[in-house]
Amino acid sequence: MGEDGFFDGFLGTTDVFLTAIWQTLFMALVSIVAAGLIGLALGIALYATRPGNLFGNRLVFGVLGFVVNLVRPIPFIIFLAAIGPLQRAVVGSTIGTNAVTFAISLAAAFAVSRIVEQSLVGVDPGVVEAARAVGASRTAILFTVVVPEGLGPLVLGYTFIFVGIVDMSAQAGLVGGGGLGDYAITYGSQRYDWGIVYVSVAAIVVIVQVGQLIGNRIARGVLRR
Amino acid sequence: MSTLVSLENVSKRYDRRDGTSVAAVDDVSLEVREGEVLAVIGYSGAGKSTLVRLVNALERPTSGTVRVGGQDLTALSERELRQARSRIGMIFQQFNLFRSRTVAGNVAYPLRVAGVAKAQREARTAELLDFVGLLDRAHAHPEQLSGGQKQRVGIARALATNPPLLLADEATSALDPDTTAEVLSLLRRVNTELGVTIVVITHEMDAVRLVADRVAVMEAGRVVEVGDVYDVFSDPQTPAAQRFVRSATHDRPSAGTLARLRTHHPGRLVSVRITDEPKIQQLIDAAFRDTGTSAELVYGGVSEIRERRTGSLTYELGGTGVDAALAALRSAGVHAEEEV
Repeated sequence: MGEDGFFDGFLGTTDVFLTAIWQTLFMALVSIVAAGLIGLALGIALYATRPGNLFGNRLVFGVLGFVVNLVRPIPFIIFLAAIGPLQRAVVGSTIGTNAVTFAISLAAAFAVSRIVEQSLVGVDPGVVEAARAVGASRTAILFTVVVPEGLGPLVLGYTFIFVGIVDMSAQAGLVGGGGLGDYAITYGSQRYDWGIVYVSVAAIVVIVQVGQLIGNRIARGVLRR
Repeated sequence: MSTLVSLENVSKRYDRRDGTSVAAVDDVSLEVREGEVLAVIGYSGAGKSTLVRLVNALERPTSGTVRVGGQDLTALSERELRQARSRIGMIFQQFNLFRSRTVAGNVAYPLRVAGVAKAQREARTAELLDFVGLLDRAHAHPEQLSGGQKQRVGIARALATNPPLLLADEATSALDPDTTAEVLSLLRRVNTELGVTIVVITHEMDAVRLVADRVAVMEAGRVVEVGDVYDVFSDPQTPAAQRFVRSATHDRPSAGTLARLRTHHPGRLVSVRITDEPKIQQLIDAAFRDTGTSAELVYGGVSEIRERRTGSLTYELGGTGVDAALAALRSAGVHAEEEV
């Protein structure tokens, strides 16, 4: 290399850096939305089918719980490799940003589902009873009482997951997904260019902080207490 | 008066882990008359809350029939039940307001469920909030309200669909005495001004004294005594009712109080029941005077139930004519009982 300044390596690769930021943001934002929706549906199903709840069904609850517990402990890097066939079927490729985004969305959805379930289980059974007492249907109770009542903790849970998603996106480089993690490793640490590593770290910290800030704002608005 | 709610041989049993079952409500037959306020009283665990949930089918009975307005709830499908429930209001000890909705949103919720159009919903909500005195808090959130205000919102929500029947499950048990009185007088207005029949579940004396017309006493899942609230409180017939009335009214000395009284008052201790019989005090005085009995008032209390006098006074009696005094009281129709 031979440059003199600490940040010379970074300054020479700003186009790669900007692309990496865009890739990380793309992976994180698409994943939080996709995982958020899939996880929400899965979490609501887990809550609703819990024995004794609105749509209590021991079998469905058991199967859902088993699948979620099966997938969640798998380290992301192994998960990424393991879902290759599924990626090829859905995204058409096992490499690149889109393939990684698909993998992150799926992995995060299982984590989101547990957080959604926990938020909903925390809803006071008294308000569910109050809704039943006025003649609301089970579906109406689920979507007009349980979900809105559990929304505050839910938003905080999503913020928590966002950090995990940014973490997962850093491993995208392994399968050509790009992003800040890839930039930090291939341009930074592998070339002993610590300037690039620290700039990447700083960029990721900023992304996470902004995500946290937005999540807290929304949660405060929803919680109103 | 016609019957609005009738329970016939209703039981609700829960299965235990060991295969046996326990009856929360045990073979209860009870009628609620249209336009009345019926208080169901008893200690915690007597089955009161389960009983009230059988009336709006939040719980299904194990056996027996529950009729509301002539309709057999036990024969209805889930869909028909939901319609039946919208004609029965319910309020709760912990208010159970929706925290994600404003005060107005809470009151309007049953109307949304019933499919009422927005304009009508808003008009009805305003009308109800005006009735409970919270029109100015329509856009507040439940956590910004005091306990009494929360229960008033609960009452407005319960009345949204104009139900002829309101169930109150320990509605004032989480409130302080002043707020309790305020909520009870609102319930009284709901009954007298709107003509709503009310079933009040409570273990509090004030709730019974201030709002109830009739009272049903529950013990161990059974209704052991039903009657006019004055009759039950002034002259409870069953041991369970007697125990409850004594502990609720505090006008008869408990065993512990009695033991303490005896250390200062070695004479015979006699409790005389005070009713709304005119000149009862003069009858008592005459009985003591005519038999040369000395009487010292050592314990007791007199209060009102539905504007009628009731209570008990405990005297320490002395002299040789005590037995004659007791006989004289009884022959005058005054209930007198020696504390043993």
